[in-house]
Amino acid sequence: MKTIQKIVLCSVVFLITTAFTTSTENGYKVGDAIEDFSLKNVDGKMVSLSDYKKAKGFIIIFTCNMCPYSVANEDRINALDAKYKSKGYPVIAINPNDPKASKGDGFEDMIVRAKEKSFSFPYLFDEGQKVYPKFGASKTPHVFIVTKKEMKVKYIGAIDNSSKNPDAVTEKYVENAVDALLAGKKIEKTETRAIGCTIKVL
Amino acid sequence: MNHKNLLILLFIAFLISCNKEKSTTAEVKKITVTTIKTVNYKQLQPLLEKKDDTIYVINFWATWCAPCVKELPYFEKLGAAYSSRNVKVLLVSLDFPKQVKSKLIPFINDHKIQSEVVLLDDVNEDIWIQAIDKTWSGALPATLIYNKNKRKFYEQTFDYETLENELNQFLKP
Repeated sequence: MKTIQKIVLCSVVFLITTAFTTSTENGYKVGDAIEDFSLKNVDGKMVSLSDYKKAKGFIIIFTCNMCPYSVANEDRINALDAKYKSKGYPVIAINPNDPKASKGDGFEDMIVRAKEKSFSFPYLFDEGQKVYPKFGASKTPHVFIVTKKEMKVKYIGAIDNSSKNPDAVTEKYVENAVDALLAGKKIEKTETRAIGCTIKVL
Repeated sequence: MNHKNLLILLFIAFLISCNKEKSTTAEVKKITVTTIKTVNYKQLQPLLEKKDDTIYVINFWATWCAPCVKELPYFEKLGAAYSSRNVKVLLVSLDFPKQVKSKLIPFINDHKIQSEVVLLDDVNEDIWIQAIDKTWSGALPATLIYNKNKRKFYEQTFDYETLENELNQFLKP
């Protein structure tokens, strides 16, 4: 009897793991055109990229409340928006986590955090977790720089080369990429990596 | 068609592996940990490329990473169950260095962690994340299983069955 139970349990586990092995490897790559989205901002309004008539592009950052690496980057994200919004590259932050899987990452919590840290940029909730898989975002923080005209991905990766310690930064990947785009130059590093928190879904 | 056959084969292999229950009871260390070895990538690298007869299961984790904490007992269980079969578990923590004393060490003692733990503290993550595995985006948790012939990287979470199943692929001759 025990053996049968074990076989049944094993079968269930096997079927679940094979049926639901999701992968973010199919997300956007550098050079791909992206689809616009419509997500709710912490101010209650819906935000789409097409709303930004004057933008030249976007610094899209998947981030959240609870991940210490996201928290360690909040001031840097504010600084990016302060520097580049006026130049045509505003920050658009998106929380990809399912609050059922990550306590503290719900919409109400986002409103609180955005106020506490005076976010100058929209902080959108990926309700139903439908947008982040399209991007292939795998963690927070995870940055995608997109141009407006072609809606093409130009950069994927980290904010800079020292995610946990802002004082040790020696290379600012996102700034370098946006500066290159603004100057009409080729981006030197189009893909970088950093440690982050896996995106939490049930 | 081929794909289907392969799946059925895998399924059978999985059932067999499931039925072999191990009941090794390793002796539990009672020593309280007071320090953690801190390494940079250059110092960690040799531990990821050993060419002896051991199978190494390297788990990248942090105390602040909830899914990491959830799966940690499976790595502990695996290390204990397979210690007699040349399997070694190494837990590479990516905790913030300033939280080693306040978070990491108490965690290890509270949870009576038996596997070896090292703290990886190295800037230029872009370089060493790619060096550890080209497919790793940097998300935690992540796991590397290797021996002198084979190497597999997993940017995912594990339950015990899946982890044991992966290890079994290395145990087979």
